[in-house]
Amino acid sequence: MTVLCLVEQDADGTADASLRALSFAAGLAAGAPVAAVLFGTAGQVPRGLLAGHGAVRAHVVEPGDIDGYAPQAWARALAGLAAQEGAAAVVAAATDRGAEVMAYLGAITGQPMAANCVTAGPAGDGSYDIVRHRWAGLLLEDARLDGSPALLTVATEAVPAVTVPAPPALDVQPYQPVLAEGDLRVRATEGAGHTSGASLATARVVVGGGRGVGGPDGFAPLEELAGLLGGVVGVSRVVTSEGWRPHRQQVGQTGTKITPELYLACGISGAIQHMAGCAGARHIVAVNTDPGAPILAHADCAVIGDLGEVIPALVAALRARSGPA
Amino acid sequence: MEIGVCVKRVPMVGGKIVLTPGAQEVDTRMSGFTISPHEECAVEEAVQITERLGGTVSVITLGPPAAADQLRDALALGAKRAVLLETDGAEWGPIATAAAIVAEARRRAGAGQGYDLLLCGNEAADTGDYQVGIRVACALGWPCVTGIKSLEVTETAARARREYRGGEESFEFGLPAVVCVKEGINLPRYPSLPGRLRAKRAVIEQHAPARQAEGLTKRALHVPETERKQATVLGTGAAAVPALIEVLEEWGVLS
Repeated sequence: MTVLCLVEQDADGTADASLRALSFAAGLAAGAPVAAVLFGTAGQVPRGLLAGHGAVRAHVVEPGDIDGYAPQAWARALAGLAAQEGAAAVVAAATDRGAEVMAYLGAITGQPMAANCVTAGPAGDGSYDIVRHRWAGLLLEDARLDGSPALLTVATEAVPAVTVPAPPALDVQPYQPVLAEGDLRVRATEGAGHTSGASLATARVVVGGGRGVGGPDGFAPLEELAGLLGGVVGVSRVVTSEGWRPHRQQVGQTGTKITPELYLACGISGAIQHMAGCAGARHIVAVNTDPGAPILAHADCAVIGDLGEVIPALVAALRARSGPA
Repeated sequence: MEIGVCVKRVPMVGGKIVLTPGAQEVDTRMSGFTISPHEECAVEEAVQITERLGGTVSVITLGPPAAADQLRDALALGAKRAVLLETDGAEWGPIATAAAIVAEARRRAGAGQGYDLLLCGNEAADTGDYQVGIRVACALGWPCVTGIKSLEVTETAARARREYRGGEESFEFGLPAVVCVKEGINLPRYPSLPGRLRAKRAVIEQHAPARQAEGLTKRALHVPETERKQATVLGTGAAAVPALIEVLEEWGVLS
């Protein structure tokens, strides 16, 4: 009774979210084998990394069979592998692609799919007791998942990556999927403007700007601060709905979920939909004129004051610190 | 161009989510309802497309009779036709919801006015299942794309773009299709007064779909115990900066 786990690869290697999903799959398998499923060449498979997170096998779908990202074809391959392995469950990180492929897998197999799970365990009768996010994690749902195989995506910002000491060598097997008509109809083309720079979702430091920034001209100091901290700028929903900044910078339920070491929230009151997006931050510092702002209940530290005064002073201090001793 | 937009009535949540005594629903006595933000953008996108290409926007919802309020909100924004797939108020999961939408699409096709495009929000604000659009598309044999933040549509085909790891990726496909959009694809307009009046008078088409079985069963909801931190105030204004630098150094976030 294998558990299959979709593992996503990108230019930077194996997605951290996929390693967390793999750890989740290992927990769910409770001793049964976990098999990773990758789309790429066998040579690209990070054998040590996957074995070190609990996989005993890796099935690789090579570009000769499916070239690039085609969600329905990826799901078809997972469906074929699930049947071949007699898989009890199929798991993926709840990334854009993971959620999409698992939804297709649900549609292809006619099985239910539980999205954004944080825990899952056998209920004893072949079904699973799960806890999953609702409202982007502002609520939790206890539910029973009755599917064969059980299909789950994992809210990876809420589950850890767990390493296995001294794992056995990974058994890598090629897999040739049998595709159906229409499976390759939708496939991704990477667009212009693709950057390998820090993205909001994976940045180590995020400097957030909210209504308190005051307008589109107020973001230059935040950009400068983010640059000094090796991070990027994120914004609240009001900032994008006012058109001050592009939507791709939005942190929150309808924007991006972030998981930085430091979130420096400037002029952000802390609406719950915003906090759903930064709950994965390790440390939060709020800079706000209002000592009663809701964000202070979520932050580790706060500086009370006007951004126009605090941010330039912080920039100057950071410059002085990194300058010649 | 016949465009159907699927919207969902969801509780409007503000400062704090409170549950009903049985922990089965969000308590809405103090808040009210709205449609998910992604779906507001789906309605706007559909209206913009028909402004360019002509055609009709139908707004579709599955929910209790009171969900007619959300249909009228969409009518006020420029949708011309509204369809209520009526339930008894119980929560339907994604399999049952998708089946009801598929039945509506087939009914419309049977009447010779089949949808060329179905727009959905990428995920509902409340249940966040991320799958209704894809299930609908697979049942109809249509292509589907999700997470879309830019859409160009002609009479027969579409190109859609979405963010992917700091860049973007695009998809080209023929119509009919299902497109699941995200907030940010446009800035939704505010309803006009004539729009509101038209919405108030509009007749809402109603159907009562049969509920399909679902393999995912809700037992209870709960509010996660978050670490209520109550921030340590480091100081006021620029004078607090040295203390802040010290904290950042301690956390190891300064290189």
